[in-house]
Amino acid sequence: MRQSQFEQRYQPQWARLETSLTALEARRHPDDAALTDFTADYQSLCHQLALARERGYSLALQEYLNDLMLRAHRQLYRYRTPLLPGLVAFFTGGFPRAVRHQWRWHLISTLCFVLSAGLVWAMILHDPELVHTVVGPRQVAELEEMYHPDLRDVAGRDRQDDVMMFGYYIYNNIGIAFRTFAGGLLLGVGALVAMLFNGSFFGAAAGHLTLAGAAQPFFTFVIAHGAPELIAIFLAGGAGLRMGWAVLAPGSWRRVDALRRAAGDCLPVMYGVFALLVLAAFIEAFWSSRELAPQIKYSVGAACWALLTLYLLFAGRGGNEEAHGPE
Amino acid sequence: MRIDDQLHIDTPEGARLTLSLAGPLPRALAYSFDLAIRGLALAVIAIPLMLFGRGGMGLYLVLLFLMEWFYPVLFEALWQGRTPGKRMMGLAVVHGNGAPLGFNGSLVRNLLRTADLFPIFYLTGFLVMLATRRSQRLGDLAADTLVIHTPPARPARPHQDGDGEVPDWPLSREDQLVLLAFTDRGARLSAERQEELAALAYPELAPAAAREKLQRVARHVLGGA
Repeated sequence: MRQSQFEQRYQPQWARLETSLTALEARRHPDDAALTDFTADYQSLCHQLALARERGYSLALQEYLNDLMLRAHRQLYRYRTPLLPGLVAFFTGGFPRAVRHQWRWHLISTLCFVLSAGLVWAMILHDPELVHTVVGPRQVAELEEMYHPDLRDVAGRDRQDDVMMFGYYIYNNIGIAFRTFAGGLLLGVGALVAMLFNGSFFGAAAGHLTLAGAAQPFFTFVIAHGAPELIAIFLAGGAGLRMGWAVLAPGSWRRVDALRRAAGDCLPVMYGVFALLVLAAFIEAFWSSRELAPQIKYSVGAACWALLTLYLLFAGRGGNEEAHGPE
Repeated sequence: MRIDDQLHIDTPEGARLTLSLAGPLPRALAYSFDLAIRGLALAVIAIPLMLFGRGGMGLYLVLLFLMEWFYPVLFEALWQGRTPGKRMMGLAVVHGNGAPLGFNGSLVRNLLRTADLFPIFYLTGFLVMLATRRSQRLGDLAADTLVIHTPPARPARPHQDGDGEVPDWPLSREDQLVLLAFTDRGARLSAERQEELAALAYPELAPAAAREKLQRVARHVLGGA
C-alpha cells in the first residue's frame, strides 16, 4: 500500500482519536461511545505505527503517529483513585505504619536532636556565656522579648497577630521540614546538620531562658504545639537520613532503585509530616498564645505528647505492616 | 556510549514508543517562566491582602508557602504533567515508562528540588542531569520521572499535484524515506536548494529538470491521489 492510500484510509480514525484525546486532556467527559472507540483506535494505532515504520513511510508520518500514540498512551494509563477513602485509611493506619516501618531512622534523627539539645542546654547552665556561640545577639534579644515576663507585650496581641503567626509557622516550619528531608538526599548530611542545628538551637533557647527566669512562659508556650512540631521535624529528619543511606549503602539494589524504594517508603511519612505541621501551626497560633494557668497548659501539652506518641506507636496495628501507601 | 535524546519504550501493546528527552536549557527556561508567573501572581495577590493588615500578611505567607512547594505539584498532577512554564516550552513530565504523572510522583520530584538546588542555581541538579543517561535530576531519579518534549501540532503537507513517474532504479527502503522527506520538507526549502538536492539524484540533467523529475518520482512513491 502506498503512503497516501494508507493515510487516506486511516485519516478518519486518527481524527476521531485526536478528538477524544483533546476532550480527555481537557478533563471533559467524552460520551461513552467515543470512549469505546478509544481503546480500539489506540490499538490499531499501535499496529499502524509499526506498519509505517516497517514499510518506510515518511518520517513525518511516523513522527505524527508516534506523537499521537504517546498522547493516547498517557491518557490510557492515567489512573485516579478516590481521595477520601484513601485519606481515611492513611491516617487510621497507613501513616503510623509507614513511620514504624523505618523506626530506626526516626530514632536516630530524634536522638540527634535530643542529645544535641541536652548537651547545649547543660553547657549553657554551666556557663551562660556559651549561648552566644549558638545564637546570634539579635536572636537572643528576640527570645527574651518574646518570653521574658518583664519584657513581653501580652496585651498587644490580637486575632490579626494569630493569623499572621499562623501564616508564618506554615511558611517557615513546613519549609524547614521539607528542606530537611530533601537535604537528606545529599548523602544524609543535610538532614543530619539540620537535626543537630535545630537541636542545639532549642537547647540554647531553653537553657538561656531558664537562666533568665523565663522558663515558665517559654515552656507553657511550646509544650502543646511542640508535640506535633518536633515530632514532625524528627520524622522529616529520619526520612531524609533514610534517603541518604539509600544512596550511600544501597545494599543489593542498584543505587537508583534503592533511591526509588526509599522515596516510596518516605512519601507517606512526608504526607504525615505535612499534616502534623499544619496541626502544629493551628495549635501554636491559636492555643499556645492564649494566656492560661500553667497547670492547664502543661496538662494539655502532656496530653498532646502522649496521644501523638500512642498514635504513632499503636495506630493501625494488626493491619498489613507492609502496606502503608497513601493511595 | 551513544549520546541520544531519544528514548524508546516498549508499551504493553507491543508497540515501540519514542520519547524525546528535554535537556537542561529548555527546562531552565520553563523554570524561569514559572518563577516569573509565580512572582507576578504573588505581587498581584499581595495588593488586596495589604488592606487586611497583619491578618492579610498571614494569608500571604500561607500563599507564599503554597506557591513555593505546591505550584509545580498541583499543575503537574492535574494538568497532564505540565506547569504553565513547561507548557510554554512544550515540555511535560511523565513517568519513566511513559505513563502519566500522578500526585505522588510529582510530590517526590518537587520535594527533592531543594537537593537539586544545592548549593546554588541548581548546580547539583545540572551535574546529575549531565551524568545520567535520561537527563534526570535527583528528584527525577527518586520519582522515576522524565521531562520530555510534547509533540507539536502536525504541519500540513503541501498539496501534491501532477503525475508520478516510476523511478528508474530499484528503490530501497532508505531511498524511499529520503524521497518522502524531500516531499515533506520541500515547501520549507528554496527552489535553488531543491535543485541542488535534485542534482545529486540526476547529475546529468539541468537543475530545474532534475527537480521536476525528482518531484514526479517522489509523487509516485507517495502514491499520489
